[in-house]
Order: sequence, then structure tokens, then C-alpha cells
Amino acid sequence: MAVMTKNIEEIQNEIIDEFDLLDGDRESTIFYIMELGQDLPAIDESDKVDENIIKGCQSKVWLTTDFVDGHVIFNADSNTDITKGLISLLIRVLNNRTPQEIINADLFFFDKIGMNGVIGSQRSNGFASMIKQMKFYALAYSAKS
Amino acid sequence: MIDVEQLRKEFPILSTEVNGHALIYFDNAATNQKPKVVVDALQEYYDGYNSNVHRGAHTLADKATKAFEETRTLLQEFINAGKSEEVILTKGTTEGINLVAQTYGRMVLNEGDIVLVSTMEHHSNIVPWQLIAKEKGASVLPIPVSEEGEIIFEEYEKLLSEKVKIVAVNHASNALGTINPVEDIIQKAHAIGAKVLIDGAQSAAHLTVDVQAMDCDFFVTSAHKMFGPTGMGFLYGKEELLNAMPPFLGGGEMIKEVSFEGTTFNELPYKFEAGTPNIADTIAFGVAVQFINKWGKENIAAHEKALLDYATEKLKKEVPTAKIYGEAQNKVSVLSFVIENIHNYDIGMMLDARGIAVRTGHHCTQPLMARYGLEGTVRASFSAYNTFEEVDKFIEGLVRIVKMFG
Repeated sequence: MAVMTKNIEEIQNEIIDEFDLLDGDRESTIFYIMELGQDLPAIDESDKVDENIIKGCQSKVWLTTDFVDGHVIFNADSNTDITKGLISLLIRVLNNRTPQEIINADLFFFDKIGMNGVIGSQRSNGFASMIKQMKFYALAYSAKS
Repeated sequence: MIDVEQLRKEFPILSTEVNGHALIYFDNAATNQKPKVVVDALQEYYDGYNSNVHRGAHTLADKATKAFEETRTLLQEFINAGKSEEVILTKGTTEGINLVAQTYGRMVLNEGDIVLVSTMEHHSNIVPWQLIAKEKGASVLPIPVSEEGEIIFEEYEKLLSEKVKIVAVNHASNALGTINPVEDIIQKAHAIGAKVLIDGAQSAAHLTVDVQAMDCDFFVTSAHKMFGPTGMGFLYGKEELLNAMPPFLGGGEMIKEVSFEGTTFNELPYKFEAGTPNIADTIAFGVAVQFINKWGKENIAAHEKALLDYATEKLKKEVPTAKIYGEAQNKVSVLSFVIENIHNYDIGMMLDARGIAVRTGHHCTQPLMARYGLEGTVRASFSAYNTFEEVDKFIEGLVRIVKMFG
């Protein structure tokens, strides 16, 4: 595996800087998240099954994982671009990390970029469910390794 | 025609901003906004004559009772019911349907019997029937709807049999806007001895409702879709049916005499109004009805129809990747659609960023969405206070969204 050049905190700060450029404009922020969503590679249709669905999300979100050389690889998809954009941010921060890094990750970027106010409480709860599910996989892999 | 600018002045919320933009409120089928007179009525009651109704021997109680009962009379006139006793005050459409299902339904349904609903019903006109049907060994069957979103009348006629005891359909569909031919539906149902409940949640503020001409057995609606407060509504029922039905909830107000040997029940309408009622909202509901009367329901309907036609035409022309669901001949002001490659939630959020409020999702009509193979739609629904300029901004917003993500 390639050596990660940036740690979890650095990547989060990078995201915060990017969103800062949008100057808190709600429409630009949503457009940006949707663009991120459209850039996220789709997962195989065969992986879009109920057991891969993250519970607690208003829209459908599928999450699959691999465990390669002690690192967790996440792939995700959703039926809505905003949701895809949101999970793409989480993947950017947590992908290809060790289970321990993921479990211990303090995810502060969401609050810092004021996302709760933009996407509303229901989607924020969904976002929390995504984090929970990712950490849950990490925990399962840490028990295996 | 309505002087929309004048009308808008009655609604303080319409001059507020959302996300830095003037509010454009197109979620009227979910709930519409409240004119100041309605909100003032709530405050005047609590500040000026708050008191329990029907029992006090003092001035305030008398004033509250008169104001409370005036709403019943206004509602009676509003739907042209024969008697004010036929108007039962409820928490809303949902409670009204549950009341009828749990009393009339309980009384008439037996094993093998059928309740017919249409595929385009709101969940609140499906689930209460399923609950009682399950208990009684009866079933709830759907009347199919066409691609355009109309009840397929021949299919309805085929479903009618002596097993059908109740037909429950909406006057207008919340998800498609379709106005259903309720008079014909009722006539056919009566011919086989079934009774009919009309869900008027989407019609009461938009269509002329004459329960006697319609000849429905029950009619239910909600105040909050009629410029009135939330948690308030009424049930109309034919007197002979209401008299034959057992009570729904037990408690104060609904009794004549209580003893441990046996309790007797109050006369209509109080038999179905257990407990201290929602007095303030009932009074404010009456003010909302007067507000509709003042502006004229026909004027309101004409303006809403003009908005719907304008928006429909403009959407078709300027957003070719939009597909409209609900192209019935007769519609209330509901425009439901999807846009290719963009999820309805995402459209809703992007519009919201520009201060435009629409509804997205399944609109509590999952069987209907399944009928069209949809997860949901974007729904814009118009009210008397909406303007053509707002429709322009809405379409502009959609065009921009499609340009970026379509």
C-alpha cells in the first residue's frame, strides 16, 4: 500500500480550507457537495443490496469494505448526489487507514464547515450513522487482525 | 380575480427571508400559511376569555362556548351540511378517518368484507382501514389508477360487490393533484349498499364542497390546510350513521349519565367529542373559514388554477428532462415531477438554498409511488397568496439545477 502522506487531522483541515473558499454560501456549498458526489466512483450494482445499506439514512447509502494489508478500504454509493458527496468526504478522511486510526478518529470537520446548518437535522443524523457504520467495520477488522 | 398583493399582506410570514432570499412557499399541500387574523384569534382567546366550554355558569365560559360553537356552524355552512350536529370537531383528517374506521368500521365489517380505497390514497386513508380490517378478518383493496393519475372507473366498478362495505377515497390527491369524480364514486357505492368516506384534506380549501349534493356519508378534513391551526379538523357524518355508531373515545363531555351500573352517552355531536376540546384552535379555525369566505373560494381556486397552468406549461417548456406525474383532466394546484438524473431530495435542498420551499419524497403515498416505480417526486403546491413571479423564480432555479447537474 502507498504510504499515506497526510494524517486524518490534516485531511480534515484541508477540507475545512476548501469549504472556507465557499464563504458560507449555502447554494455554492450544496453544489460543491453534489459535485463531490458525482465524482465518487459508483459501486457495482451487485453490491447495492440490503445488507450493505446504512441504516438511519433518509436516502439509500450502500457501504462496502475491503481489508488490505491492515488497512480498511471503503467504497460507497447513494441514490442522491448530496448524500454521495457527504460520504465521499468521510471516505477521503478515513479510507486506507488502520482500524485503530479509524476507531480513534476525532471527526471535527463536519461541525467546522457548518454542515449541520446546511443539510438539516435529518441528513446530519444520517451522516452520524455513516460514521458509526464505518467505525463499526473498523472495529470488526481490528478484532480480526 | 384576487388582489394577490393585498392578500399577501395578511400573512406576516410571506415577508420573511429564508437563507437570504425572500421566502417562496410552495409546500401548501403539506400545510398552508396562517393569516394574522387566525393567529390573533388564538391570542385573543387566551388573553381575553380563556375558559372551558359547555359547562361553566360564568360569563367567560359562555363567551368561549359561543365562539366555539360558532365554528361548528361556520363549518356546517362551509360544506352545506344539513345540521350542525353532523359536524364533529377532531384533531384533523387522520383522526377523522380513524374515528370512522374504529366505530362505523367496527360496526359493519365482518370476515371476508372489503374496504375499497384508491391506489392514490394518503397513508392515513389506508392504514386505519388496515388496522380494523385485520381485526375483523376483512381486507382493504386498492382501486387502480391510470398512467395519467386518474381512478380507472371500470376497474372500480368491477371491484364493487356485496362484500364491499366501505369505500374511502380522496376528493383530491395530495401527490398528484387529481380531483376525483366523487359524486360518481359515491353513487356507484351506494347502489351496492356501501358507505363512502371522502378524504377532503386537499379539497376543502380549494374546491366547493357540498356534502348533501355529493351525498357522501362521511367527509373529513384538516384546518391547517385551510389557513387554520394545526392539530384541528372536523368530521362530517350523516346524522343517522353517527347516531348508530358507538362512541370513539370515552371521557367527559361525551356522556349523559355515568354510573357503575351503566353509562349513557351524550347526543350528537358531543358523543364523539370526549374531554376538554381544543378550544382556542377551534375558534381560530372558524376565523380561517371566515377568511376563505371573505376572499371567496371560487376566486382562490381560479387563481390557483392559473398558477398551476402557468407552472405546468413553463416546466414542460423550460425543463424538458422533467416528467410530470399527475396529468389528470381536473387537478387542484399540485405539480408533482421528477427530473432525469437528479434525485428529488437534492432538488429540494438546492431550491431551499434559494428560499424556495417544496416537498420531496413519497408524500405519504408509497403504494402510489410503487405504482409508478418511483421513490418520490418533487411537489410544488400553490396557494392563493402565490404569484406568477414566484413561479418564474422556481423555474429559473430548476433550470439552473439542470444546467449544473442534469
